[in-house]
Amino acid sequence: MRARYLGIAAIVVYCLAPFYWMLVSSLRRTNDIFDSSPWPSPLSFESYTAAFAPGNGFLRALLNSFIVAGVTTALVLLFATLAAYALARVEFRFKNAVLALIIATSMFPGISLLVPLLRLFSDIGWINTYQAMIVPNMGAVLPLAVWNLTAFFRQMPHELEEAAQIDGCTQGQAFIRVILPVAAPGVFTTAIITFIAAWNEFIIALSVVNRQELKTAPVITSQFTGTSRFDSPFGTQMAAGVIVTIPLVILVLLFQRRIVAGLTAGGVK
Amino acid sequence: MTRRGSGRLAAGLVSPTLVVLALVVAYPVISAVRLAFYRREDGIDPETGLIRAGERFVGLDNFAEMFGGDSTGRFLDALANTTTFTLAGVSLEVVLGVLMALVMHRAFRGRALVRASILVPWAVPTAIAGLLWRWVFQADGVANDLLPGPPVLWTTDGFQAWVAVVVADTWKTAPFIGLLVLAGLQVIPNEIHEAARLDGATGWRAFFSITLPLVKPTLLVAVLFRVLDTLRMFDLPYTLIGPGKEATDTVTVLAFEEAVTFGRFGPASAYAVTLFAYVAVVAFVFVRLLGADVLGSRR
Repeated sequence: MRARYLGIAAIVVYCLAPFYWMLVSSLRRTNDIFDSSPWPSPLSFESYTAAFAPGNGFLRALLNSFIVAGVTTALVLLFATLAAYALARVEFRFKNAVLALIIATSMFPGISLLVPLLRLFSDIGWINTYQAMIVPNMGAVLPLAVWNLTAFFRQMPHELEEAAQIDGCTQGQAFIRVILPVAAPGVFTTAIITFIAAWNEFIIALSVVNRQELKTAPVITSQFTGTSRFDSPFGTQMAAGVIVTIPLVILVLLFQRRIVAGLTAGGVK
Repeated sequence: MTRRGSGRLAAGLVSPTLVVLALVVAYPVISAVRLAFYRREDGIDPETGLIRAGERFVGLDNFAEMFGGDSTGRFLDALANTTTFTLAGVSLEVVLGVLMALVMHRAFRGRALVRASILVPWAVPTAIAGLLWRWVFQADGVANDLLPGPPVLWTTDGFQAWVAVVVADTWKTAPFIGLLVLAGLQVIPNEIHEAARLDGATGWRAFFSITLPLVKPTLLVAVLFRVLDTLRMFDLPYTLIGPGKEATDTVTVLAFEEAVTFGRFGPASAYAVTLFAYVAVVAFVFVRLLGADVLGSRR
């Protein structure tokens, strides 16, 4: 019994200690940033003030992250719900081939897509635009969303549509009036997972944007500089890191059960 | 509904997704293959003395340079790092992940707490995780405080930098594998464990001959996705150590540097295409030889 609790404690410490250290360091004064006491004393919000200093453009970067991740999530959900419904509930030829194709695209290494896209975007004037981040991002998360939603739609009993069709609905109406409301939890879960994936995207945002005002929060944070170019302002970075991560931690705390169900739906079912 | 009607419906529903994927996946892949045979030429033509700009077909030159030219050393280092990160990282993650799953499977109290905390490393953006571990591994940082012996310069270069990246990657993804394996464990009916116990299989024996074979399908898919993910690793080495390091540059870091920092799309594409081929072979091995059931169609 005691070994079990020790095991649980070990897992919790393993998962949270590094994050806790980021939090503690962000709450120290710049002068005692190298302290190794387990809590900040005295407590100071210096690093947070520094992170939001006007010159850093961090607030704007947070807004950019919300725009990019938000639009990506909305579009991906729309497209993925339609595709997943067809893949799970409609009989058609090449169904498995289409699903395999969609999943296979998630296996391509991002860099082999990024290099040509970068060239394409400079040709068509998309460098330093939101769409240059959103469109490739959609390609990166769509397969996962389709896969997840297909698993959710497959779980629903076929009688649902049959009953709706007997009542005179077309398949399209049955989808909107009957299937979608029942599938809402699955769609919502997929939305959270998609949002987190889009929020965390780094290499595309780092490559297609070089104007300060359009950079996303993770990119800006990684490029904070101190007094000299080689001096990393760790306190400021940790404060910014905490702020970038907090929305996700809140989502995780609120929806942990759903997120776990969503993450494991494709893998185990 | 007639068969033709449902076919048309399905085509309409699936096409938006396929159009996006064609635009940002299919087109770039084909384009990358083409670009890998070209090189940008800006400068003065030695024969005519005229200024020329644009791209020139160079055949296999970009690849020749990777496997026996100026950039061979860097490329082979990056290829080795990509491979060793994957082998070491994924093995560690699987062992730790399975252990975590076993502990969580038996826990009755505190499940919500464990589930929430296990999602934290997964939710932290990888680039931020890189900065976080860069801070932990500073010369006068907490890692050196906790470890005995003289301080190690973790984030400079060399084997210790490689270790730092593996540690950070394992922290971030072992809990995720734990979650997937836990879900696999939970669908095993209790009667199987009881039957095994009656037959005298306990402890490790029961684990290796009952539990492990039953979670193998779940584990195989999880490992496949982790392997593919680690083969394209970029964020962690880039933010934790920085580009241009012999011990931690991955193929993706190299290609990124060529394309974004130097604007050399030809060599960058050659790196990217090589990585792509590597990933394709690994995925093929997993699906065909090991039987990873990615579509979930066999169950």
